[in-house]
Amino acid sequence: MNTDRIEKRVVLRAPRSRVWRAISDAKEFGAWFRLTLDGAFVAGKTVRGSHDNFKVEMRVERIEPERYFSYRWHPYPKDSSRDYAEEPMTLVEFTLEDAEGGGTTLTIVESGFDRIPLARRAEAFRMNTEGWGGQIKNLAAYVA
Amino acid sequence: MSRSPNAAALFAALGDATRLSLLRRLSVEGPLSITRLSEGTGVTRQAVTKHLNTLGNVGLVRHARRGRERVWELERRRLEKARAYLDHVAAQWDAAADRLKAFVEQG
Repeated sequence: MNTDRIEKRVVLRAPRSRVWRAISDAKEFGAWFRLTLDGAFVAGKTVRGSHDNFKVEMRVERIEPERYFSYRWHPYPKDSSRDYAEEPMTLVEFTLEDAEGGGTTLTIVESGFDRIPLARRAEAFRMNTEGWGGQIKNLAAYVA
Repeated sequence: MSRSPNAAALFAALGDATRLSLLRRLSVEGPLSITRLSEGTGVTRQAVTKHLNTLGNVGLVRHARRGRERVWELERRRLEKARAYLDHVAAQWDAAADRLKAFVEQG
């Protein structure tokens, strides 16, 4: 069992240039990720974003046009009342390849969870459990 | 809703390279004796025993008897709980990837 990384692969019916723009242009990224970002993605620079009471800081690592984009951040789920600045970050990597038969294969990897403080993972785990409890309550209220 | 008062202990038990490799071996090779688990690791039997006890205390492994041999095996249900955190993060990425797909495919 791997507790350090998550990998996701998806085939998008759009050319690489289109997918690249959606990932590397901070405005477009914000549109589908549902974040308002305060600047452009530049290697080595930190971009701040927000959504409702959810705040995020993305430290851009590497940009290879139409092929690779990576950044570091503090992983989900986040508690807006807490400061995570001192904690290690996870690395998020987007890799683009031409898909067979057209389109683009996008691989998203988030890694470094084993470095996240144990208490924090435990807390996130608890938040997750309670989150699901809340969802079930919402559903129960909805169908009642 | 399940409460998890021991989550910190669970993740502490997982936060060690030797223990993670022991779990990986039990996961791939099935129940193993301490002798087998110590082979080729460069870790003493005593150290392996100590790590197994740590994992056992949080319910990740348990020992059983197989014939005359005492073996350690994985407690899969507990491990699945530990995995739930990453599943949660993965679910967030599933949703984000779906939104990206709709975003780039709409033209």
